[in-house]
Amino acid sequence: MAVRKNQATLTSTEKRAFVNALLALKRSGRYDSFVTTHNEFITSDSDNGDRVGHRSPSFLPWHRRFLIQFEEALQSVDSSVTLPYWDWTDDRTAASSMWAPDFLGGTGRSLDGQVITGPFAASSGNWPINVRVDGRSFLRRSLGGGGRPLPTRAEVDSVLAMPTYDTAPWNSASDGFRNHLEGWRGVNLHNRVHVWIGGQMGTGVSPNDPVFWLHHCFIDKLWADWQRRHPDSGYLPTGGTPNVVDLHDTMRPWNDVSPQDMLDHTAHYTYDTAA
Amino acid sequence: MSDISRRRVLRGAAIAVAGVAMAAPAAIAAQSAVAGAGGSGHPTGHGDHTRPEAFDEVYRGRRIQGMPIPVEGRGHTGRTGHSPHMAHEGPGYAVFVDGEELHVMRNADSSWISVVNHYETFRTPRALARAAVDELQGAVLVPMA
Ligand SMILES: [Cu+2]
Ligand SMILES: [Cu+2]
Repeated sequence: MAVRKNQATLTSTEKRAFVNALLALKRSGRYDSFVTTHNEFITSDSDNGDRVGHRSPSFLPWHRRFLIQFEEALQSVDSSVTLPYWDWTDDRTAASSMWAPDFLGGTGRSLDGQVITGPFAASSGNWPINVRVDGRSFLRRSLGGGGRPLPTRAEVDSVLAMPTYDTAPWNSASDGFRNHLEGWRGVNLHNRVHVWIGGQMGTGVSPNDPVFWLHHCFIDKLWADWQRRHPDSGYLPTGGTPNVVDLHDTMRPWNDVSPQDMLDHTAHYTYDTAA
Repeated sequence: MSDISRRRVLRGAAIAVAGVAMAAPAAIAAQSAVAGAGGSGHPTGHGDHTRPEAFDEVYRGRRIQGMPIPVEGRGHTGRTGHSPHMAHEGPGYAVFVDGEELHVMRNADSSWISVVNHYETFRTPRALARAAVDELQGAVLVPMA
């Protein structure tokens, strides 16, 4: 069984294997197809129309399926690789080893936000930004540039304490666990981390930055942690909801997987620790 | 309508507005008021969904414009959405930076996001356009491949 680990615990060999698998997917063009898919969903998921990947109950099962597909692509390159997660309540500064040159590289330079260290720096020639919303073809970051700090453990715990998965109107205005985790309401967890990183991570083409996968892996873990804390709380809604993916509806773009199918992650992988 | 053809139409709208300069705002304001009154059928119904008035200004050397446009997909009801491109109603408002469309969306609480600032909300399209200019640092918006 594949085990997803906290990135802070990876050995240098594990870090190298993960980075090399990313670079191989990038070279083959497979990486960019994930960026394209994500952008298509995030720019069409709307509060008053069809919504599958974001601002809706299926935010969590959709990204779980998306991450599994990406992890399988990595494993087709190197079967030893699993997605690491970034616990941003713990590794909360730009000085974290996650941003070191032997892993993701650091923040962008002040001139133009260009990442200049690590394997994804434009100067490496290995990480052109092809799926983009503007003319810049280099990876950008501005770690902490937005001014608001990363969410704290106490803020995470306040969201994990919410007993109801989601509520009407099942969009960015909803009360409940999903929307507070996604971040459109309340303390704002997931959205705030995208903004803290800045650069492509703040845009519709956020998976251009490999940290996207480590961030969403932690969001996925928080869903599993919430399930463990609330064994009697299930996915909502369960049926007959316009524009929204109900428990047994299938999700685009796969059309063969429902939220119900994604509820138990242990069929696919486990996490190194459970909260 | 495909995204590309829609974009061309919108580009045309931007040029048209630019061309009529000072004659346009009154007509656009009237259209905006009508759109606001007719826009109450949204199931989400939160916040003030009156479409904002048009704007046209130069911010940090970039021309930013915003204007109400006809809403796409009127009459669409429920879940036919097997294509990500046909399932949504647009916000009824378009924003441009130096004539290139900035993809924008409106949230249920009536705040705004764009493809450049997708995880952070702004109270008005003008604030959204200015944030995009700050983020672009001189770069040009490009159509999605
Ligand atoms: Cu996403
Ligand atoms: Cu995200």
